[in-house]
Amino acid sequence: MAVYKRTYKGYSGTLTPKWSRFLILPRYSYSRLFKSKFLLLFDLACLIYPLGCVAYIYLAHNLSFLRAFGARAGMLSVDADFFLTYCSFQGGMAYLMTAFVGPSLVSPDLANNALPLFLCRPFSRTEYVMGRMSVLLFLLSTVTWVPGLILFGVQWSLAGWQWARDNWWIAGALFIGSLIWIVVLSLIGMAMSAWVKWKVLAGTLIIAIFIAGAGFGAAINAVMRTRYGLLINLTQVIATVWRKLFRLSADTGIDLMNAWIALGVACAICLWLLTRKVRAFEVVK
Amino acid sequence: MNPVIELDGLGVRFGNRDILRDLRVSLGGRTIGLLGPNGAGKSTLIQTLLGFVPSNSGTARIFGHDIRTGIREIRTLVGYMPENDSFIANMNAVSFIRMMGELSGLPTEAALERAHEVLFYVGLGEARYRLLGTYSLGMKQLAKLAQAIVHGPKLLILDEPTNGLDPPARARMIRLIGEMKDSQEMHIVLCSHLLRDVEETCEEVLILKQGRIVHYSNLEEERSANKRFVELETFGNDAGFAEALSVLGCECANAGIGRLKMVLPVGFEMREIYRLAAERDLQLRRLNYRRDTLEDIFLKAMAEV
Repeated sequence: MAVYKRTYKGYSGTLTPKWSRFLILPRYSYSRLFKSKFLLLFDLACLIYPLGCVAYIYLAHNLSFLRAFGARAGMLSVDADFFLTYCSFQGGMAYLMTAFVGPSLVSPDLANNALPLFLCRPFSRTEYVMGRMSVLLFLLSTVTWVPGLILFGVQWSLAGWQWARDNWWIAGALFIGSLIWIVVLSLIGMAMSAWVKWKVLAGTLIIAIFIAGAGFGAAINAVMRTRYGLLINLTQVIATVWRKLFRLSADTGIDLMNAWIALGVACAICLWLLTRKVRAFEVVK
Repeated sequence: MNPVIELDGLGVRFGNRDILRDLRVSLGGRTIGLLGPNGAGKSTLIQTLLGFVPSNSGTARIFGHDIRTGIREIRTLVGYMPENDSFIANMNAVSFIRMMGELSGLPTEAALERAHEVLFYVGLGEARYRLLGTYSLGMKQLAKLAQAIVHGPKLLILDEPTNGLDPPARARMIRLIGEMKDSQEMHIVLCSHLLRDVEETCEEVLILKQGRIVHYSNLEEERSANKRFVELETFGNDAGFAEALSVLGCECANAGIGRLKMVLPVGFEMREIYRLAAERDLQLRRLNYRRDTLEDIFLKAMAEV
């Protein structure tokens, strides 16, 4: 480096648009995350089931091959049930990915007291949360609705326009259902990451929320002789929403309205936690 | 001189406790020292100026931007070096400083170039590809300084920049602050409880105690104006020398063998001292103008409240 550049100089060049700055955080996060071979392998593993689904759809439209093995017509059907199963499986993978990626989003910044450095710049808390959350939103999208819509497209191309016209709502249900799950997972991942500074503990908490929620809900039901305990079980809650979106009977024991309220409350709690924790300074009482 | 920071009845309250109370002052110096004992409200004042803490009463303006309405503009103009360790451990210095530059609005290429420049400037050029988590305390302080200046701020706020530094590292930090001051490109607010640091670098000093301003002083003006106090060191027989000076209107006090402290009267000619010494064949070994040190000012301010 030239010697003249080693003296202090101000900066008088152009500045980037303010709206675009929250995209800087995900860029750096991805470069850090994808250094992990485990995440890369897990991301690839998440595509195994969608690839299986593609094969299934192909076979469903090429029964001549299956008939050679004695299969009967209509044995393989690609309908709302098929896409709900897809959603459930990939939703589970998204949940595991959240437990792996989520803790590394906010907790390192809190543990290293880096938030004042972010927030002393023309960069708000909302932009910070949006920037960090977009990492999960993008990653989880790549394992849920994006391959899901590709599956829908494959089915469309093989079944024809009439099928697409009759079943366009499946694509909508797939997209909206996945998006709701992604938002819930992202908020929980972010909130746990902000609440617990230790990454391993934050990951454990993300997993525990769902497992403990189910167990605690069942205990409430047993002790109080009610069904409201199911509202703590977020997997049941999201299953209720998904079944309604896919126009299937919701036999989860939860009313749709209550399911929406439970999701809303979970998201509100996560947002409250984020508001409390994502600050440039720590309030010591 | 346009004010850099204007405090206009600024008050901050946490719960039932007033942290800052009715602060009113206009600061326009190139380097401003913020002094006070622990818990005086220095860091809270900085956090309020940066918009981290909302004010309960009054307001403050930085370069004319109100902290209640123009915090984004303020943050564009300000660089902040926090007191505590603040970094991302598993990033190398270049990536970290570059990211901070980008968050301040620098385009990617410019941020990378500036990151290299400021790291060389603060003296971390050779260590710029090392992970920040592996840095020593002194290096972390320098990295914090680098992130604060990467975007070329107009106002640099340094919160205890020499905390935990060994003497050479402290000297380097003070030298850097002096160089930045001399570059005329930025104003500096130095928050410290180390009087020596502030005295060496600052033109203006604001002293806080229990959330109030207890003293404001323009050190530059005091340095140039306060020349009435003189310390003398003589060698030889000084009998009658003090009396002779007293006849000319000087108030003299003996400060030891061959040492005198004097308050000169208005309009006193210094050559009179040399004349009286020559008449008595007395050697003048030292003649100093004495002014209040920052420590004197600080202790006086603490005692007044």
